[in-house]
Amino acid sequence: MKSRFLALAAAAVALTSLAPAAAWAEGERFVLISHAPDSDSWWNTIKNAINVAGDQMDVEVEYRNPPTGDLADMGRIVQQAAASNPDGIIVTIADYDVLSGPISDAVAKGIPVITINSGTEEQSKQLGAMMHVGQPEYMAGKLAGERAKKESDADSFLCVNHYITNPASVERCQGFADGLGVELGQQMIDSGMDPSEVKSKVMAYLNANPDTGAILTLGPNSAEPTIAALDETGKAGQVYFGTFDLSSGIADAIKAGTINFAIDQQPYLQGYLPVVILTNYARYGVMPGNSINSGPGFITDSNIELVEKYAGQYR
Amino acid sequence: MRPVPRWRKALIRPELGSICGTILVFVLFAMIAGDSGMFSAEGFINWGTVSAQFAIIAVGACLLMIAGEFDLSIGSMIGFSGIIIALLTVQWGWPAWLAIITAFAVALAIGALNGFLVIRTGLPSFIVTLAFLFILRGLTIFIAISTTGKTIIGGVREASEGDFVAALFGGKVFGGFFRWLADNDMIATFVAGPRAGQPVVDGIPMLMVWALILIVLGHFLLVRTKFGNWIFAAGGDAQAARYVGVPVNRVKILMFMLTAFCATIFATCQVMEFGSAAADRGLLKEFEAIISVVIGGALLTGGYGSVIGAALGALIFGVVQQGLFFAGVESSLFRVFLGVILLLAVILNTYIRRRITGER
Repeated sequence: MKSRFLALAAAAVALTSLAPAAAWAEGERFVLISHAPDSDSWWNTIKNAINVAGDQMDVEVEYRNPPTGDLADMGRIVQQAAASNPDGIIVTIADYDVLSGPISDAVAKGIPVITINSGTEEQSKQLGAMMHVGQPEYMAGKLAGERAKKESDADSFLCVNHYITNPASVERCQGFADGLGVELGQQMIDSGMDPSEVKSKVMAYLNANPDTGAILTLGPNSAEPTIAALDETGKAGQVYFGTFDLSSGIADAIKAGTINFAIDQQPYLQGYLPVVILTNYARYGVMPGNSINSGPGFITDSNIELVEKYAGQYR
Repeated sequence: MRPVPRWRKALIRPELGSICGTILVFVLFAMIAGDSGMFSAEGFINWGTVSAQFAIIAVGACLLMIAGEFDLSIGSMIGFSGIIIALLTVQWGWPAWLAIITAFAVALAIGALNGFLVIRTGLPSFIVTLAFLFILRGLTIFIAISTTGKTIIGGVREASEGDFVAALFGGKVFGGFFRWLADNDMIATFVAGPRAGQPVVDGIPMLMVWALILIVLGHFLLVRTKFGNWIFAAGGDAQAARYVGVPVNRVKILMFMLTAFCATIFATCQVMEFGSAAADRGLLKEFEAIISVVIGGALLTGGYGSVIGAALGALIFGVVQQGLFFAGVESSLFRVFLGVILLLAVILNTYIRRRITGER
């Protein structure tokens, strides 16, 4: 009896995995590979974008990521994607050293590759990718720092880094420090991903350094707990506060005056454009001649209404 | 007493469940992903490499588990050793061979410390190694940030160019054979860029060779030597083993050193292959090692298990993980499948063992 049950269970597993495999037959198939761990909600916008683009273009787009954010695992996923011979690969250059091998192998196999999000246009070119759709991280951090300097005259800051193992996130903090014209030093903290942990670390830092002039958070995962920390300590609106990326919580905080600006790199475009471009390349051989800067765009209380409606979904 | 028939003896071997599982998994994926590139040379290297990675840490975890202990610091140890190698070669300019030997020495010392603390304090190894999971991970990030300001240290490949010991971990073997296959149009070649015409798969990575060496040596140690019996005895009933003169403490400490050694092999191969070390390498790998060992039929309570079983467990794990992608399954469902397979494997193993041994 028991063995029959096991056989049935195994058959059920087999059947459920059959269904998506059958869908391969029609339309082009693309794979988007990100570096984000499963816990990162920001990538949901990109997942929505590739679904919209996939429907519009009538193509199959698969989303892949290393579950724990381990970039060596991501390298494996790129190799794996190349081995499955898709019509195109969309990939982030989260770390050039790790990914240059797998990505240039895919290019050499003749698979069209578009790089998005992390990494620079130059790296993208070196890898032989067709184009890069993204936001230069250091430059975005620096522009944010300059903006903060102009508007607040801060000479110290706190950078809440929730993804300290990604070099791009350190670049943002470094850029902000350079924009403000101060040394980065101990002003960047490794906050971890857990919201209550982030919150208590921010509160501890602000207690220990009460004259902190500005705060930079690197995305909703660090911004939302930081907003809560400021609300709780009554410092909301007192400290100059900039953040990367957008979510509904960040949008509310901009309207409330807690957050002065959010840097939008428009992830929707990073997911949507490559799918449309690769489809047109596969069908008609057309391709834009240059890389595309999807950001930085600053969102403040003057333009928040436009953005707010779709925050976390398409923005 | 009735003699045990030979077929019955074969059935109580711990690796039986994983042999069935391996066959099942291969048949399954041949059916649903046979034409997706999963069984091309490139696909084979891909899931083979992933399985070999699991196998390397599973061999250490398996022997340690048979000796009755756990190591939860395997994953952190991978990140830690990797950063040591990258730091010594790139930042300090040491030759790669010296950096690698140093990393092994440090890892073995930490493994010994793990074992020593478990023996001396009498605490469960779960607690002691859990502590080291955090200690090593924190140290890794701290060392990387405070010396380089980054958590990923690149440039190792350039720094270890031409080094013999580095090639032992990052190189590939049988390149000529694959070249020949490509020349005879039996495997795919690159079609664009400076490497056009070269085979896509240009050799068997040393990672796989290391996995095979560890599996063979581990199996031999366990079933053919007196020390192997000591391992079983230490994990089965430590007190009884002490009475008959088995040096239980030494066996356990050596096994902790072995897991650290395996983690360092994993780390060295990874650093040499990707040319960089990162502070978050090896996250959750300790559980993946334990999953492989458990699928392979070892008992969590110690005293029972096999290296071959653990290796097959690693193979199943690798094939399922990579195969689901080739089958086009939504990536967020991967872990659901993994959990289901783990559960099925363990239920099957337990069921077979109970059925055969008549234990309740």
